[in-house]
Amino acid sequence: MGKKLRSAILGPGNIGIDLMIKLLRSSYHEVVLVSGIDPQSEGLKIAKSKGIATSIEGINGVLAVADLDICFDATGARTHLQHAPLLKEARVFAVDLTPAAVGPYVVPSVNLEQNLGTTMNVNLITCGGQATVPIVHAISRIVPVSYAEIVATISSRSAGPGTRANIDEFTETTRNALVAVGGAEKAKAIIILNPADPPVLMRNTIYAKCDTSKIDDIVKSVNGIVALVQQYVPGYRLKVAPYADGERVVAMVEVVGAGDYLPTYSGNLDIITSAAVAVGERYAQYKEKVVP
Amino acid sequence: MKTIRIIDVTLRDGMHAVSHQLTPEQMAQIAVGLDKAGVGTIEVGHGDGLGGSSLQYGFARATDKEYLAATSKSVKNAKIDVLLIPGIGTIEDLEEAMEYGIKTVRVATHVTEADVGAQHIDFAKKHGLEAIGFLMMSHMAPPEKIAEQAKLFESYGADVVYVTDSAGAMVPKEVKARITAVREAISLPIGFHAHNNLGLAVGNTLAAIEAGATVVDGTVRGLGAGAGNTQLEVLVAVLKRLGYETGIDLYSIMDVGEQLVDPILQRPQIISNAALAIGYAGAYGSFLLHAQRAAEKFGVDARDILIEMGRRKTVGGQEDLIIDVAIDLANAKQSRN
Repeated sequence: MGKKLRSAILGPGNIGIDLMIKLLRSSYHEVVLVSGIDPQSEGLKIAKSKGIATSIEGINGVLAVADLDICFDATGARTHLQHAPLLKEARVFAVDLTPAAVGPYVVPSVNLEQNLGTTMNVNLITCGGQATVPIVHAISRIVPVSYAEIVATISSRSAGPGTRANIDEFTETTRNALVAVGGAEKAKAIIILNPADPPVLMRNTIYAKCDTSKIDDIVKSVNGIVALVQQYVPGYRLKVAPYADGERVVAMVEVVGAGDYLPTYSGNLDIITSAAVAVGERYAQYKEKVVP
Repeated sequence: MKTIRIIDVTLRDGMHAVSHQLTPEQMAQIAVGLDKAGVGTIEVGHGDGLGGSSLQYGFARATDKEYLAATSKSVKNAKIDVLLIPGIGTIEDLEEAMEYGIKTVRVATHVTEADVGAQHIDFAKKHGLEAIGFLMMSHMAPPEKIAEQAKLFESYGADVVYVTDSAGAMVPKEVKARITAVREAISLPIGFHAHNNLGLAVGNTLAAIEAGATVVDGTVRGLGAGAGNTQLEVLVAVLKRLGYETGIDLYSIMDVGEQLVDPILQRPQIISNAALAIGYAGAYGSFLLHAQRAAEKFGVDARDILIEMGRRKTVGGQEDLIIDVAIDLANAKQSRN
């Protein structure tokens, strides 16, 4: 293996710090900076304690890093809209963990390969999108899905201020990805925060309107994609296997987190940060091949 | 004489009782009746508010736009309002609703999650709407927590803050404690929304008024999720007896019930066993019909599903977990046999 990717994390919130811990384990990444805007940030303190350079200059801190390869943006949809052109100009590959959707939607188990080498900005949709788009895709490759609907329930404690302030963007971006990547003709996404204590695991229900007579093939297809997702999100599992209910197929998936930053109930963090790591590692392999 | 403002939710919460199947024409007729009876604010749409029409909650007969078009052009004096639950509905949906001249939006969040409604309240105020913060499932949080969340809504610019008993699980003492805590915390008018699962909708509404609430919800014939809401014509009569002014004519609102609402009822609006289980367990009112369907499909008792939904501390909107719980109960039943 060649040189590690020089990597920066923008936004030291729940998602950014969970991602940092995962990237520190990755043999493809060297985390050179975690950048935020709040000097009091808990996340920046954690980064420092791991010996990582930090900045409170936000995007400017990132742009000041020499020879940066990749930047993971875990701020918010509105701020990523400002960051995206700056990162592009600096020729830094951007992995967008906000619902801003500047670049194409990417789900590693579905469409990562086709987006390598064609763009310098990929969007990871939302945690709900990462959990449910693979299932809709697995159904729509068997039978046309005229309408897909997903309900993501996450524990209140794992939804940070960024998620809360971007709840509309969450539903809209997830909906759009169910169509663009999942292959449904139309879609809807719903998110629910549950404050129960002990906190609930992230759970997702997927409804797909389709020809349910092919349910056996659908089940096989879904099992196949679940195994693929599990390669980068070990805690991803089918809670209720797809079953036919009239003109719709219903399935449920649960995500048990790895417990890297927040406890295991925060599977919603893991599924998007693990997707980010998967994208980063694949980009590293690709870059080494193309730019030796 | 003290004035109480009443918001009628027959055409929104009442939609749960008819599986969201009212036609725009039926809604328009009822809205005209409510308007003539003197109701000042009429909430319309799917039972789960803007964007609620879905596989998760059931598809409505018509779209939000069709309901808003039909009702907004039919009323003369009443204001039309909409409910928006962040996570289900979005500002995009609200913008569409604004094309029909709505004057009020109620932004509904779980009682501990007011901050997911900040952007919606802010948007509503910037566009000249009345914005009401609506704290659902208020029985699940202690008074001081509700006061804290009410303050958040006040800080976002809300005009009114509601304590909402979505599960119909509270008793008058609990209502009073919550309204009092909110009244001491904020300087806005306070609202209360009841459900009748424990037979206490009118009593709880009175308790709320005694504790300082000045805006309350009701529905004609009590039409609503679970055992229904506070029966509006009864509330109007009771408030008249107590010397409160509501602006609503008693006979006219009774006539709306007999002439317009009774003919469209799909089932009697009573405290059924399952509805009582909802109030007893503190589960979300609109789980009722979904639990009954799942009970039939998986061969279990709807009451057991609802009690388990309460035990798992589910919140509004988690209808999908009903299937999960029903499957778990069916499996447990099978392994016992």
